[in-house]
Amino acid sequence: MRAPSTILPLALDNVSFVAGGRAIVDSISCEIAAGGRTIIVGPNGAGKSVLMRLCHGLLQPTAGRVFWRGASGNAVHRRQAMVFQRPVMLRRSALANIEYALALQNVSRGERARQAQDALARVGLAHLSDRPARVLSGGEQQRLALARAWALRPEVLFLDEPTASLDPGAAREIENAIAAVHASGTKIVMTTHNLGQARRLGDDILFMHQGRLAERAPAERFFTATATTEAAAFIKGELPWT
Amino acid sequence: MSTLGQAFQQAFGLVASGDPDLIGIVALSLRISLTAVLLSTLIGLPLGAAIAVGRFPGRKTLIVILNALMGLPPVVVGLLVYLFLSRAGPLGDLGILFTPAAMVLAQTILILPIIAALSRQAIEDAWVEYQEQLRSLGAGRLSAALTLLWDTRFSLVTAVLAGFGRAAAEVGAVMIVGGNIDGVTRVMTTAIALETSKGDLPLALGLGIILLALVLTLNAAAYLTKEAAQRRYG
Repeated sequence: MRAPSTILPLALDNVSFVAGGRAIVDSISCEIAAGGRTIIVGPNGAGKSVLMRLCHGLLQPTAGRVFWRGASGNAVHRRQAMVFQRPVMLRRSALANIEYALALQNVSRGERARQAQDALARVGLAHLSDRPARVLSGGEQQRLALARAWALRPEVLFLDEPTASLDPGAAREIENAIAAVHASGTKIVMTTHNLGQARRLGDDILFMHQGRLAERAPAERFFTATATTEAAAFIKGELPWT
Repeated sequence: MSTLGQAFQQAFGLVASGDPDLIGIVALSLRISLTAVLLSTLIGLPLGAAIAVGRFPGRKTLIVILNALMGLPPVVVGLLVYLFLSRAGPLGDLGILFTPAAMVLAQTILILPIIAALSRQAIEDAWVEYQEQLRSLGAGRLSAALTLLWDTRFSLVTAVLAGFGRAAAEVGAVMIVGGNIDGVTRVMTTAIALETSKGDLPLALGLGIILLALVLTLNAAAYLTKEAAQRRYG
Protein backbone atom coordinates (compact mmCIF):
# COMPACT_ATOMS: atom_id res chain seq x y z
CA MET A 1 0.00 0.00 0.00
CA ARG A 2 1.38 3.35 -0.99
CA ALA A 3 1.31 6.10 1.59
CA PRO A 4 -1.04 8.91 0.63
CA SER A 5 0.75 12.03 -0.51
CA THR A 6 -0.98 14.10 2.16
CA ILE A 7 -3.12 13.46 5.20
CA LEU A 8 -4.20 17.10 5.50
CA PRO A 9 -6.51 18.85 5.93
CA LEU A 10 -7.29 17.98 9.53
CA ALA A 11 -10.98 18.34 10.30
CA LEU A 12 -12.72 18.73 13.65
CA ASP A 13 -16.44 18.16 13.60
CA ASN A 14 -18.23 19.48 16.69
CA VAL A 15 -15.50 18.11 18.98
CA SER A 16 -15.95 18.17 22.75
CA PHE A 17 -13.86 16.77 25.54
CA VAL A 18 -15.52 16.52 28.93
CA ALA A 19 -13.60 15.52 32.05
CA GLY A 20 -14.81 15.72 35.61
CA GLY A 21 -18.14 17.14 34.46
CA ARG A 22 -16.44 20.12 32.81
CA ALA A 23 -16.18 20.71 29.08
CA ILE A 24 -12.49 21.41 28.59
CA VAL A 25 -13.03 21.53 24.85
CA ASP A 26 -16.52 22.60 23.90
CA SER A 27 -18.07 21.91 20.48
CA ILE A 28 -15.21 22.97 18.23
CA SER A 29 -15.54 22.63 14.48
CA CYS A 30 -12.75 23.76 12.20
CA GLU A 31 -10.40 22.65 9.51
CA ILE A 32 -6.63 22.96 9.48
CA ALA A 33 -5.15 22.91 6.02
CA ALA A 34 -1.65 22.52 4.65
CA GLY A 35 0.56 25.54 4.27
CA GLY A 36 1.06 28.25 6.84
CA ARG A 37 1.76 27.93 10.54
CA THR A 38 -1.37 27.54 12.63
CA ILE A 39 -1.06 28.94 16.13
CA ILE A 40 -3.59 28.19 18.85
CA VAL A 41 -3.58 31.02 21.38
CA GLY A 42 -5.53 31.73 24.51
CA PRO A 43 -5.14 32.15 28.24
CA ASN A 44 -4.03 29.30 30.50
CA GLY A 45 -6.85 26.82 30.98
CA ALA A 46 -8.55 27.71 27.71
CA GLY A 47 -8.19 24.09 26.54
CA LYS A 48 -5.36 24.57 24.03
CA SER A 49 -3.28 21.60 25.13
CA VAL A 50 -6.28 19.28 25.26
CA LEU A 51 -7.34 20.39 21.79
CA MET A 52 -3.87 19.61 20.51
CA ARG A 53 -3.91 16.15 22.12
CA LEU A 54 -7.27 15.50 20.48
CA CYS A 55 -5.83 16.50 17.11
CA HIS A 56 -2.76 14.29 17.60
CA GLY A 57 -4.87 11.34 18.75
CA LEU A 58 -3.51 11.12 22.31
CA LEU A 59 -7.03 11.80 23.59
CA GLN A 60 -10.32 10.67 22.15
CA PRO A 61 -13.13 13.25 22.00
CA THR A 62 -16.11 12.54 24.24
CA ALA A 63 -18.30 13.92 21.46
CA GLY A 64 -17.72 14.83 17.83
CA ARG A 65 -15.08 13.57 15.47
CA VAL A 66 -11.47 14.33 14.59
CA PHE A 67 -10.36 13.10 11.20
CA TRP A 68 -7.89 13.65 8.41
CA ARG A 69 -9.39 14.21 5.01
CA GLY A 70 -6.34 12.86 3.17
CA ALA A 71 -6.14 9.47 4.86
CA SER A 72 -7.38 7.33 7.70
CA GLY A 73 -6.29 4.43 9.87
CA ASN A 74 -2.76 3.66 10.91
CA ALA A 75 -1.16 5.62 8.10
CA VAL A 76 -2.24 8.83 9.80
CA HIS A 77 -0.27 8.49 13.01
CA ARG A 78 3.07 7.96 11.30
CA ARG A 79 2.72 11.24 9.44
CA GLN A 80 2.53 13.39 12.56
CA ALA A 81 4.83 14.14 15.46
CA MET A 82 4.52 16.16 18.62
CA VAL A 83 6.81 18.23 20.83
CA PHE A 84 5.63 18.65 24.42
CA GLN A 85 6.04 21.54 26.81
CA ARG A 86 8.40 19.49 28.95
CA PRO A 87 10.49 17.18 26.78
CA VAL A 88 10.65 13.56 27.93
CA MET A 89 14.11 12.21 27.30
CA LEU A 90 15.06 8.57 27.61
CA ARG A 91 18.04 7.57 29.77
CA ARG A 92 20.41 7.23 26.87
CA SER A 93 22.50 9.49 24.66
CA ALA A 94 21.05 12.35 22.65
CA LEU A 95 21.72 10.43 19.44
CA ALA A 96 20.16 7.23 20.81
CA ASN A 97 17.01 9.16 21.71
CA ILE A 98 16.49 10.00 18.05
CA GLU A 99 17.49 6.52 16.91
CA TYR A 100 14.88 5.12 19.28
CA ALA A 101 12.13 7.12 17.59
CA LEU A 102 13.36 6.04 14.15
CA ALA A 103 13.43 2.39 15.25
CA LEU A 104 9.75 2.64 16.22
CA GLN A 105 9.05 3.74 12.65
CA ASN A 106 10.94 0.71 11.34
CA VAL A 107 13.81 2.68 9.88
CA SER A 108 16.62 0.21 9.16
CA ARG A 109 19.49 0.05 11.64
CA GLY A 110 22.03 1.37 9.17
CA GLU A 111 19.89 4.35 8.24
CA ARG A 112 19.07 5.32 11.82
CA ALA A 113 22.47 6.63 12.87
CA ARG A 114 22.83 8.70 9.73
CA GLN A 115 19.37 10.23 9.92
CA ALA A 116 19.73 10.88 13.65
CA GLN A 117 23.08 12.63 13.17
CA ASP A 118 21.50 14.65 10.44
CA ALA A 119 18.60 15.74 12.66
CA LEU A 120 20.97 16.69 15.49
CA ALA A 121 23.02 18.80 13.14
CA ARG A 122 19.95 20.66 11.94
CA VAL A 123 19.18 21.90 15.46
CA GLY A 124 22.83 22.63 16.22
CA LEU A 125 23.37 19.76 18.66
CA ALA A 126 25.78 17.62 16.64
CA HIS A 127 28.55 18.21 19.18
CA LEU A 128 26.38 16.77 21.99
CA SER A 129 25.35 13.56 20.25
CA ASP A 130 27.08 11.25 22.76
CA ARG A 131 25.95 13.13 25.86
CA PRO A 132 23.24 11.52 27.99
CA ALA A 133 20.05 13.32 27.02
CA ARG A 134 18.84 13.82 30.58
CA VAL A 135 21.84 15.88 31.64
CA LEU A 136 21.40 18.41 28.83
CA SER A 137 20.00 21.84 29.70
CA GLY A 138 16.28 22.54 29.31
CA GLY A 139 16.81 24.40 26.06
CA GLU A 140 19.07 21.70 24.65
CA GLN A 141 16.56 19.02 25.62
CA GLN A 142 13.78 20.88 23.85
CA ARG A 143 15.91 21.27 20.73
CA LEU A 144 16.65 17.56 20.94
CA ALA A 145 12.92 16.86 21.22
CA LEU A 146 12.42 18.96 18.12
CA ALA A 147 15.19 17.09 16.31
CA ARG A 148 13.61 13.78 17.35
CA ALA A 149 10.26 14.87 15.95
CA TRP A 150 11.85 16.30 12.80
CA ALA A 151 13.82 13.11 12.15
CA LEU A 152 10.51 11.31 11.66
CA ARG A 153 9.85 13.58 8.65
CA PRO A 154 6.28 14.27 9.74
CA GLU A 155 3.83 16.01 7.48
CA VAL A 156 2.37 17.74 10.51
CA LEU A 157 4.28 18.76 13.62
CA PHE A 158 2.32 19.63 16.76
CA LEU A 159 4.04 21.75 19.39
CA ASP A 160 2.46 22.30 22.79
CA GLU A 161 3.88 25.43 24.44
CA PRO A 162 7.38 24.39 23.36
CA THR A 163 9.11 27.41 24.89
CA ALA A 164 6.98 27.96 28.00
CA SER A 165 9.60 26.64 30.42
CA LEU A 166 12.63 28.15 28.69
CA ASP A 167 14.56 31.39 29.08
CA PRO A 168 14.30 33.93 26.23
CA GLY A 169 17.58 32.92 24.58
CA ALA A 170 16.68 29.24 24.48
CA ALA A 171 13.15 30.14 23.38
CA ARG A 172 14.55 32.10 20.45
CA GLU A 173 16.64 29.11 19.35
CA ILE A 174 13.54 26.92 19.44
CA GLU A 175 11.61 29.49 17.39
CA ASN A 176 14.38 29.50 14.80
CA ALA A 177 14.35 25.73 14.66
CA ILE A 178 10.56 25.72 14.25
CA ALA A 179 10.89 28.15 11.37
CA ALA A 180 13.43 25.80 9.78
CA VAL A 181 11.11 22.81 10.20
CA HIS A 182 8.36 24.80 8.53
CA ALA A 183 10.67 25.87 5.72
CA SER A 184 11.43 22.19 5.08
CA GLY A 185 7.77 21.69 4.19
CA THR A 186 6.23 20.51 7.46
CA LYS A 187 2.88 21.87 8.57
CA ILE A 188 3.23 23.54 12.00
CA VAL A 189 0.41 23.50 14.54
CA MET A 190 1.44 25.08 17.80
CA THR A 191 -0.11 26.30 21.03
CA THR A 192 1.23 29.26 22.95
CA HIS A 193 -0.02 31.72 25.48
CA ASN A 194 2.75 34.07 24.41
CA LEU A 195 1.26 36.52 21.92
CA GLY A 196 4.64 37.91 20.93
CA GLN A 197 5.58 34.44 19.81
CA ALA A 198 2.24 33.97 18.04
CA ARG A 199 2.93 37.18 16.19
CA ARG A 200 6.46 36.18 15.21
CA LEU A 201 5.55 32.68 14.04
CA GLY A 202 1.88 32.69 13.16
CA ASP A 203 0.15 32.76 9.81
CA ASP A 204 -3.22 31.48 10.96
CA ILE A 205 -4.50 32.17 14.48
CA LEU A 206 -7.05 30.15 16.43
CA PHE A 207 -8.10 31.93 19.60
CA MET A 208 -9.55 29.71 22.33
CA HIS A 209 -11.53 30.93 25.29
CA GLN A 210 -13.08 28.68 27.94
CA GLY A 211 -12.94 25.61 25.73
CA ARG A 212 -14.50 27.28 22.72
CA LEU A 213 -12.99 28.44 19.48
CA ALA A 214 -13.78 32.11 19.95
CA GLU A 215 -12.10 33.55 16.89
CA ARG A 216 -10.11 32.43 13.91
CA ALA A 217 -8.32 34.78 11.57
CA PRO A 218 -5.15 35.27 9.54
CA ALA A 219 -2.45 36.57 11.89
CA GLU A 220 -2.34 40.02 10.38
CA ARG A 221 -6.04 40.58 10.86
CA PHE A 222 -6.16 38.93 14.30
CA PHE A 223 -3.68 41.39 15.74
CA THR A 224 -4.84 44.53 13.99
CA ALA A 225 -8.59 44.09 13.62
CA THR A 226 -9.65 41.74 16.38
CA ALA A 227 -13.24 40.70 15.95
CA THR A 228 -14.29 39.42 19.39
CA THR A 229 -14.17 41.20 22.74
CA GLU A 230 -12.57 38.13 24.42
CA ALA A 231 -9.69 38.16 21.98
CA ALA A 232 -9.35 41.91 22.23
CA ALA A 233 -9.18 41.68 26.02
CA PHE A 234 -6.61 38.90 25.81
CA ILE A 235 -4.43 40.88 23.40
CA LYS A 236 -4.76 43.97 25.56
CA GLY A 237 -3.74 42.02 28.68
CA GLU A 238 -0.83 40.26 27.02
CA LEU A 239 0.48 43.10 24.89
CA PRO A 240 -0.44 46.24 26.82
CA TRP A 241 1.98 48.38 24.80
CA THR A 242 0.20 47.90 21.47
CA MET B 1 30.24 -8.89 79.04
CA SER B 2 33.43 -10.96 78.94
CA THR B 3 31.60 -13.89 77.33
CA LEU B 4 30.35 -11.54 74.67
CA GLY B 5 33.85 -10.19 74.15
CA GLN B 6 35.26 -13.71 73.99
CA ALA B 7 32.58 -14.77 71.59
CA PHE B 8 33.42 -11.89 69.27
CA GLN B 9 37.12 -12.70 69.50
CA GLN B 10 36.57 -16.33 68.61
CA ALA B 11 34.12 -15.37 65.91
CA PHE B 12 36.64 -13.14 64.17
CA GLY B 13 39.21 -15.92 64.60
CA LEU B 14 36.88 -18.35 62.85
CA VAL B 15 36.20 -15.98 60.03
CA ALA B 16 39.89 -15.20 59.60
CA SER B 17 40.94 -18.87 59.71
CA GLY B 18 38.77 -19.68 56.71
CA ASP B 19 37.18 -22.69 58.42
CA PRO B 20 35.98 -25.06 55.62
CA ASP B 21 32.65 -25.80 57.32
CA LEU B 22 32.00 -22.12 57.63
CA ILE B 23 32.92 -21.48 54.01
CA GLY B 24 30.65 -24.32 52.92
CA ILE B 25 27.71 -22.83 54.78
CA VAL B 26 28.35 -19.34 53.39
CA ALA B 27 28.73 -20.66 49.85
CA LEU B 28 25.50 -22.65 50.04
CA SER B 29 23.65 -19.63 51.43
CA LEU B 30 24.83 -17.46 48.58
CA ARG B 31 24.10 -20.08 45.97
CA ILE B 32 20.53 -20.55 47.15
CA SER B 33 19.68 -16.90 47.72
CA LEU B 34 21.31 -15.64 44.51
CA THR B 35 19.54 -18.32 42.48
CA ALA B 36 16.23 -17.31 44.05
CA VAL B 37 17.00 -13.64 43.30
CA LEU B 38 17.84 -14.48 39.69
CA LEU B 39 14.60 -16.43 39.19
CA SER B 40 12.48 -13.79 40.93
CA THR B 41 14.10 -11.06 38.86
CA LEU B 42 13.49 -12.90 35.59
CA ILE B 43 9.82 -13.30 36.49
CA GLY B 44 9.28 -10.24 38.68
CA LEU B 45 10.56 -7.46 36.43
CA PRO B 46 8.47 -8.38 33.38
CA LEU B 47 5.50 -9.01 35.69
CA GLY B 48 5.96 -5.62 37.34
CA ALA B 49 6.24 -3.92 33.95
CA ALA B 50 3.16 -5.71 32.62
CA ILE B 51 1.05 -4.66 35.60
CA ALA B 52 2.42 -1.10 35.45
CA VAL B 53 1.64 -0.57 31.77
CA GLY B 54 -1.19 -3.02 31.22
CA ARG B 55 -4.90 -2.36 31.39
CA PHE B 56 -7.01 -5.33 32.38
CA PRO B 57 -9.88 -6.05 34.74
CA GLY B 58 -8.79 -6.70 38.31
CA ARG B 59 -5.58 -4.73 37.93
CA LYS B 60 -6.06 -2.71 41.11
CA THR B 61 -6.93 -5.80 43.10
CA LEU B 62 -3.81 -7.48 41.79
CA ILE B 63 -1.69 -4.51 42.86
CA VAL B 64 -3.12 -4.60 46.38
CA ILE B 65 -2.54 -8.35 46.64
CA LEU B 66 0.99 -8.04 45.31
CA ASN B 67 1.79 -5.28 47.80
CA ALA B 68 0.32 -7.34 50.64
CA LEU B 69 2.38 -10.36 49.61
CA MET B 70 5.55 -8.36 50.25
CA GLY B 71 4.85 -9.01 53.92
CA LEU B 72 4.47 -12.76 53.45
CA PRO B 73 5.78 -14.51 56.59
CA PRO B 74 8.65 -16.86 55.64
CA VAL B 75 7.40 -19.67 57.89
CA VAL B 76 4.06 -19.64 56.12
CA VAL B 77 5.75 -19.86 52.74
CA GLY B 78 7.91 -22.65 54.12
CA LEU B 79 4.87 -24.50 55.38
CA LEU B 80 3.00 -24.20 52.07
CA VAL B 81 5.99 -25.31 50.02
CA TYR B 82 6.49 -28.15 52.50
CA LEU B 83 2.91 -29.32 52.01
CA PHE B 84 3.30 -29.24 48.24
CA LEU B 85 6.63 -31.06 48.22
CA SER B 86 5.99 -33.58 50.98
CA ARG B 87 5.53 -37.17 49.83
CA ALA B 88 1.72 -36.92 49.97
CA GLY B 89 1.68 -33.48 48.37
CA PRO B 90 0.89 -32.67 44.73
CA LEU B 91 4.57 -32.19 43.90
CA GLY B 92 5.78 -35.00 46.14
CA ASP B 93 6.99 -37.06 43.17
CA LEU B 94 9.70 -34.52 42.49
CA GLY B 95 11.42 -35.71 45.66
CA ILE B 96 13.11 -32.38 46.28
CA LEU B 97 11.99 -31.77 49.85
CA PHE B 98 15.03 -31.20 52.11
CA THR B 99 17.24 -30.29 49.16
CA PRO B 100 18.64 -26.89 48.09
CA ALA B 101 16.17 -26.92 45.19
CA ALA B 102 13.26 -26.78 47.63
CA MET B 103 14.95 -23.89 49.44
CA VAL B 104 15.38 -21.99 46.17
CA LEU B 105 11.73 -22.56 45.39
CA ALA B 106 10.58 -21.30 48.79
CA GLN B 107 12.78 -18.20 48.65
CA THR B 108 11.68 -17.44 45.09
CA ILE B 109 8.04 -17.49 46.19
CA LEU B 110 8.95 -15.31 49.15
CA ILE B 111 10.77 -12.56 47.23
CA LEU B 112 8.98 -12.61 43.88
CA PRO B 113 6.21 -10.32 45.23
CA ILE B 114 8.82 -7.93 46.63
CA ILE B 115 10.65 -7.57 43.33
CA ALA B 116 7.45 -7.47 41.28
CA ALA B 117 5.68 -4.94 43.52
CA LEU B 118 8.65 -2.58 43.86
CA SER B 119 9.43 -2.69 40.14
CA ARG B 120 5.74 -2.17 39.34
CA GLN B 121 5.79 1.01 41.40
CA ALA B 122 9.01 2.33 39.82
CA ILE B 123 7.88 1.54 36.28
CA GLU B 124 4.41 2.99 36.79
CA ASP B 125 5.89 6.26 38.09
CA ALA B 126 8.01 6.47 34.95
CA TRP B 127 5.02 5.51 32.77
CA VAL B 128 3.12 8.54 34.05
CA GLU B 129 5.97 10.74 32.86
CA TYR B 130 6.68 8.93 29.58
CA GLN B 131 3.24 7.82 28.44
CA GLU B 132 2.26 10.63 26.09
CA GLN B 133 5.71 10.91 24.57
CA LEU B 134 5.99 7.18 23.91
CA ARG B 135 2.49 6.97 22.47
CA SER B 136 3.21 9.99 20.30
CA LEU B 137 6.30 8.25 18.95
CA GLY B 138 4.14 5.27 18.08
CA ALA B 139 5.23 2.82 20.78
CA GLY B 140 2.75 0.07 21.61
CA ARG B 141 2.33 -1.19 25.16
CA LEU B 142 4.86 -3.98 24.74
CA SER B 143 7.62 -1.79 23.42
CA ALA B 144 6.73 0.88 25.99
CA ALA B 145 7.11 -1.72 28.76
CA LEU B 146 10.53 -2.75 27.46
CA THR B 147 11.61 0.87 27.15
CA LEU B 148 10.51 1.58 30.72
CA LEU B 149 12.31 -1.49 32.06
CA TRP B 150 15.53 -0.15 30.61
CA ASP B 151 14.92 3.47 31.59
CA THR B 152 14.13 2.65 35.23
CA ARG B 153 17.10 0.30 35.52
CA PHE B 154 18.63 2.22 38.43
CA SER B 155 15.45 2.01 40.49
CA LEU B 156 15.04 -1.65 39.62
CA VAL B 157 18.44 -2.39 41.15
CA THR B 158 16.96 -1.30 44.48
CA ALA B 159 13.99 -3.62 44.00
CA VAL B 160 16.28 -6.57 43.30
CA LEU B 161 18.45 -5.70 46.30
CA ALA B 162 15.42 -5.64 48.57
CA GLY B 163 14.64 -9.14 47.34
CA PHE B 164 18.17 -10.32 48.01
CA GLY B 165 18.14 -8.83 51.49
CA ARG B 166 14.95 -10.67 52.31
CA ALA B 167 16.21 -13.97 50.88
CA ALA B 168 19.57 -13.85 52.64
CA ALA B 169 18.08 -12.88 55.98
CA GLU B 170 15.06 -15.18 56.26
CA VAL B 171 15.29 -18.36 58.31
CA GLY B 172 11.75 -19.73 58.55
CA ALA B 173 11.23 -20.93 54.99
CA VAL B 174 14.61 -22.56 54.44
CA MET B 175 14.44 -24.18 57.86
CA ILE B 176 11.14 -25.89 57.11
CA VAL B 177 11.77 -27.01 53.51
CA GLY B 178 15.52 -27.54 53.84
CA GLY B 179 15.58 -29.23 57.21
CA ASN B 180 18.94 -27.70 58.22
CA ILE B 181 20.88 -30.85 57.31
CA ASP B 182 24.59 -30.45 58.02
CA GLY B 183 26.56 -30.18 54.81
CA VAL B 184 23.46 -30.43 52.61
CA THR B 185 20.91 -27.78 53.43
CA ARG B 186 22.49 -25.87 56.30
CA VAL B 187 22.74 -22.18 55.46
CA MET B 188 23.90 -19.17 57.45
CA THR B 189 20.59 -18.28 59.05
CA THR B 190 19.62 -21.84 60.01
CA ALA B 191 23.13 -22.44 61.33
CA ILE B 192 22.92 -19.30 63.46
CA ALA B 193 19.61 -20.44 64.91
CA LEU B 194 20.98 -23.92 65.64
CA GLU B 195 24.34 -22.86 67.09
CA THR B 196 22.67 -20.28 69.30
CA SER B 197 20.30 -22.87 70.73
CA LYS B 198 23.28 -25.22 71.29
CA GLY B 199 25.17 -22.42 72.99
CA ASP B 200 27.99 -22.25 70.41
CA LEU B 201 27.94 -18.49 70.31
CA PRO B 202 31.26 -17.91 68.48
CA LEU B 203 30.17 -19.85 65.41
CA ALA B 204 26.73 -18.21 65.47
CA LEU B 205 28.29 -14.79 65.84
CA GLY B 206 30.90 -15.45 63.17
CA LEU B 207 28.17 -16.38 60.73
CA GLY B 208 26.17 -13.35 61.75
CA ILE B 209 29.14 -11.10 61.08
CA ILE B 210 29.68 -12.63 57.64
CA LEU B 211 25.99 -12.32 56.81
CA LEU B 212 25.93 -8.67 57.76
CA ALA B 213 29.17 -7.95 55.92
CA LEU B 214 27.89 -9.63 52.75
CA VAL B 215 24.62 -7.75 52.71
CA LEU B 216 26.37 -4.49 53.53
CA THR B 217 29.03 -4.93 50.83
CA LEU B 218 26.50 -5.81 48.17
CA ASN B 219 24.28 -2.87 49.05
CA ALA B 220 27.20 -0.46 49.16
CA ALA B 221 28.44 -1.63 45.78
CA ALA B 222 24.98 -1.34 44.28
CA TYR B 223 24.42 2.07 45.79
CA LEU B 224 27.72 3.47 44.53
CA THR B 225 27.16 2.04 41.05
CA LYS B 226 23.68 3.51 40.97
CA GLU B 227 24.92 6.91 42.15
CA ALA B 228 27.67 7.02 39.56
CA ALA B 229 25.37 5.86 36.79
CA GLN B 230 22.68 8.32 37.75
CA ARG B 231 25.14 11.20 37.76
CA ARG B 232 26.26 10.11 34.34
CA TYR B 233 22.84 9.49 32.76
CA GLY B 234 20.62 11.84 34.75
